[in-house]
Amino acid sequence: MSDDSLLDLEFEIIGGDFNQAGRVSTKLKSILKEIGFDAQVVRRVAISTYEAEINVVMYARRGVLRFKASPQKIVIIIEDEGQGIEDIEEAMKEGYSTATDEMREMGFGAGMGLPNIKRNSDQFEITSEVGKGTRLEVTIIAGDGSKS
Amino acid sequence: MAPKGEVVEVKKKSEPAPVILTLREVKEILGCEVLVGKEQLGMEIWGACAADLMSDVLAFSIPDSLLLTGLVNAQSVRTADVAEIKALVYIRGKRPNAGALQLAQEKGIPVLASELTMYEACGRLYLRGLKSAATIRSKNE
Ligand SMILES: Nc1ncnc2c1ncn2[C@@H]1O[C@H](COP(=O)(O)OP(=O)(O)OP(=O)(O)O)[C@@H](O)[C@H]1O
Ligand SMILES: [Mg+2]
Repeated sequence: MSDDSLLDLEFEIIGGDFNQAGRVSTKLKSILKEIGFDAQVVRRVAISTYEAEINVVMYARRGVLRFKASPQKIVIIIEDEGQGIEDIEEAMKEGYSTATDEMREMGFGAGMGLPNIKRNSDQFEITSEVGKGTRLEVTIIAGDGSKS
Repeated sequence: MAPKGEVVEVKKKSEPAPVILTLREVKEILGCEVLVGKEQLGMEIWGACAADLMSDVLAFSIPDSLLLTGLVNAQSVRTADVAEIKALVYIRGKRPNAGALQLAQEKGIPVLASELTMYEACGRLYLRGLKSAATIRSKNE
């Protein structure tokens, strides 16, 4: 029953492109809303993907966001080619940020992104290799699957 | 004293009734110009939050509230959309750029602009009884 996939999508994210940043997440959000996912679930997915997308734009050259949804659960994998994270434990702390002044002027660099993603997900995995890239896997339980 | 056997109801000091302002009232209180959504001024606002860093909005805001911000790029509107912010107020005479305005139009999010500082804009709304639309989390949550 858990393999009744509703969506299987893939999006490309371009590093440094702040004008486009957030496009993927807002698009995903409207798709999920239309399908009729619970509003709370839609919001959690939107916030997680948005934060992850912005991080790729800020800290990587390029990335791919893979999105899989069934009525029961949503899995989002964001993988990038970029600078990677040296100390993941540090990066996961609220307020920790290496954002530049320029990024701050654009409204980023609170150091809340990764903790935000974690808080909004039911399962959260992060791996990273310095100089190579970062991979996030976010799972959000969508419901008991009773609605279709 | 109440007669024996009678239940005396102790009136609890009740919280003041929640204040709801229309967007039109917000506009007047803050002396705003309406940049997007002139036809949506009847919209009801129950609470507000203020931030210049977008992750703070995503972390602390409660859906369907008003956002006051000094950030004028398209990300402010995109963040509002993601966080389900009902309407935006730009402060300190800042004007959102063309990209932000276009996105707000597309998403149907009203945009107001006020000359007030963040402190005064928030203060005026607070004085009118508008609630804070931010979740407070404990440190170890
Ligand atoms: N995809 C990534 N590649 C390389 N480094 C990253 C990546 N994502 C996060 N980081 C590092 O982890 C730090 C914390 O990330 P987080 O998203 O929590 O905060 P931020 O991006 O600095 O600010 P905010 O998300 O609040 O705007 C970043 O400052 C950066 O150093
Ligand atoms: Mg971030």
